[in-house]
Amino acid sequence: MVKRKTKKKIGKTLKFIALAFNLVLVLFPFVWMLLTSLKGTQGEIYAFPVTYLPKKPSLVNYSSMLWKGNFGRYMINSLIVSITPAVFAVFFGVLAGYVISRYKFRMKGPLLLFFLITQMIPTFITLAPLYQMLSKWNMINKLSTLCLLYTNMMIPFSVVTLRSFFDGVPVSIEEAAWIDGCSRTKALFMVSIPVVKPGIAAASIFAFINSWNELFMAIMFIDVDKYKTIPVGLNALILKYDIRWGEMAAGTVMSLIPTMILFAFAQKYMIEGLTAGSVKG
Amino acid sequence: MKSKLRLKQRKNLFIFFMLLPAVVIPLIFTYYPMIVGSKMAFQSYNLMNIKNIKWIGLGNFAKLFERSTSNSFYTTMWNTVKWVGISLFFQFTVGFALALLLKKKFKGSAVYQGLIFFPWAVSGFIIGIMWRWMFNGTSGVINDILVRFHLIEQPIGWLSEKSTSLLSAIIANIWYGIPFFTIMITAALRGVPEELYEACDVDGANSLKKFIYVTVPSIRSVLVLTVMMRIIWIFNFPDLIYSMTQGGPAGSSNIITSYMMQLVQSLDYGLASAVGLLVILFLIIFTVLYLTATRFANSED
Repeated sequence: MVKRKTKKKIGKTLKFIALAFNLVLVLFPFVWMLLTSLKGTQGEIYAFPVTYLPKKPSLVNYSSMLWKGNFGRYMINSLIVSITPAVFAVFFGVLAGYVISRYKFRMKGPLLLFFLITQMIPTFITLAPLYQMLSKWNMINKLSTLCLLYTNMMIPFSVVTLRSFFDGVPVSIEEAAWIDGCSRTKALFMVSIPVVKPGIAAASIFAFINSWNELFMAIMFIDVDKYKTIPVGLNALILKYDIRWGEMAAGTVMSLIPTMILFAFAQKYMIEGLTAGSVKG
Repeated sequence: MKSKLRLKQRKNLFIFFMLLPAVVIPLIFTYYPMIVGSKMAFQSYNLMNIKNIKWIGLGNFAKLFERSTSNSFYTTMWNTVKWVGISLFFQFTVGFALALLLKKKFKGSAVYQGLIFFPWAVSGFIIGIMWRWMFNGTSGVINDILVRFHLIEQPIGWLSEKSTSLLSAIIANIWYGIPFFTIMITAALRGVPEELYEACDVDGANSLKKFIYVTVPSIRSVLVLTVMMRIIWIFNFPDLIYSMTQGGPAGSSNIITSYMMQLVQSLDYGLASAVGLLVILFLIIFTVLYLTATRFANSED
């Protein structure tokens, strides 16, 4: 009996050590980026052996990104092209997801396949034709174009996620509303949508994060500095032969801020949204 | 009778308009460009030579598979196999192991999960930048740690050596992909009914047996799905390589999709589209085979 207890205790300690080690591994790259960004002199940044803690923490890298570079502008652009799809892709996703979940119709199977296949098409095969099409329509170098493309990018995921959330809502509550004389549209907005709020939150956050992170379309369709998003701005820095790592680190850290804020407040919804589709099957 | 018909029409109209935006937008901005792109795969289509676009049948594919020493496409394909295989294996096993440790909730486990889940929300491009700095050949922190522990004597040019650049990218990719599996499998494990384990206790089964006979079968569908999603995803994921090595040195760390991105950037749209078509073809075949194989196993038990 005693032996079993000590065995259990050892197991628990080992588990704790493993989890702690893992946490260090996960967080280290971020901490390292932060530390690098706070080092004021080139000598300190490129020292070998490495000096881990900045001798005199300085914000010079941040200020040079913000004032010498155009990073503040990039941040605003990134926000615009991320919030728009978080609203529209999810709105369209609610409409379609609801119908797919609630109604029987002939094209349902093919329709789901339609959304699934979009996820398998590599972006790159569409880039060249898109470029031609958009330049014909005079849509190159416009933030609204990125908003549209990112909305398009996030529609399939939103539809599928919201459909699985609607599947979890019993039809009976809508039927009750219909009996009370509610129209279909009204029942959707007044009864069903409030119930799937967690799904809407999850889909919006996904749309925001994915648009915030998108690089290749932004490089392809934006080459005017005032419309660049953060990834495009950082891409220009990393393509240089001589990367200035202090500034690069500062830019990286700043680009992580919205993601961190979302994580701090809405992580529960993200995990729910991610696991909803597949765990429920 | 008439009103019933009208009711049905109204229902159909409702369905139609609700689906409209979610269908039309991808049709215009994903499907149409894809079809045009597929057409380009059979054309000599280079923006450097825009006056001279013509059909060349399978010419682009022949060029890709050409047997010559300057052709790096074979290396690229072999790299893709390593990239997907090695990354997936370690992401899955480590992710699974962590999920087993996290299955039982403990004080602070929600916060812990949140922290280790964070990398998942960061773009592959940013992750690549971070690891590029850590793998830096002259002042990288990884070299520093290895030197301090006397595992190496001199700093290694991880990303500038042909022999280590792909490996470095794979290490970063493993690190990046573990949280996904951890989160998905933890959620699945917590859904396994406790009674199943209790029944095993009665039978006196040990932990290994419980794992094989209860845990794995209960979460089988999640495992099958997450692995499939992940394979497609890793395959289609050039972002990390793009920012970490740019496919270099000399194309030695390219995978098929980063290779394609380079072709797009060099404006050879015809050749790039040919690669893209191969990717789509491969992913569709893979998905069908994978789903058939796993469903087959499903009906057996």
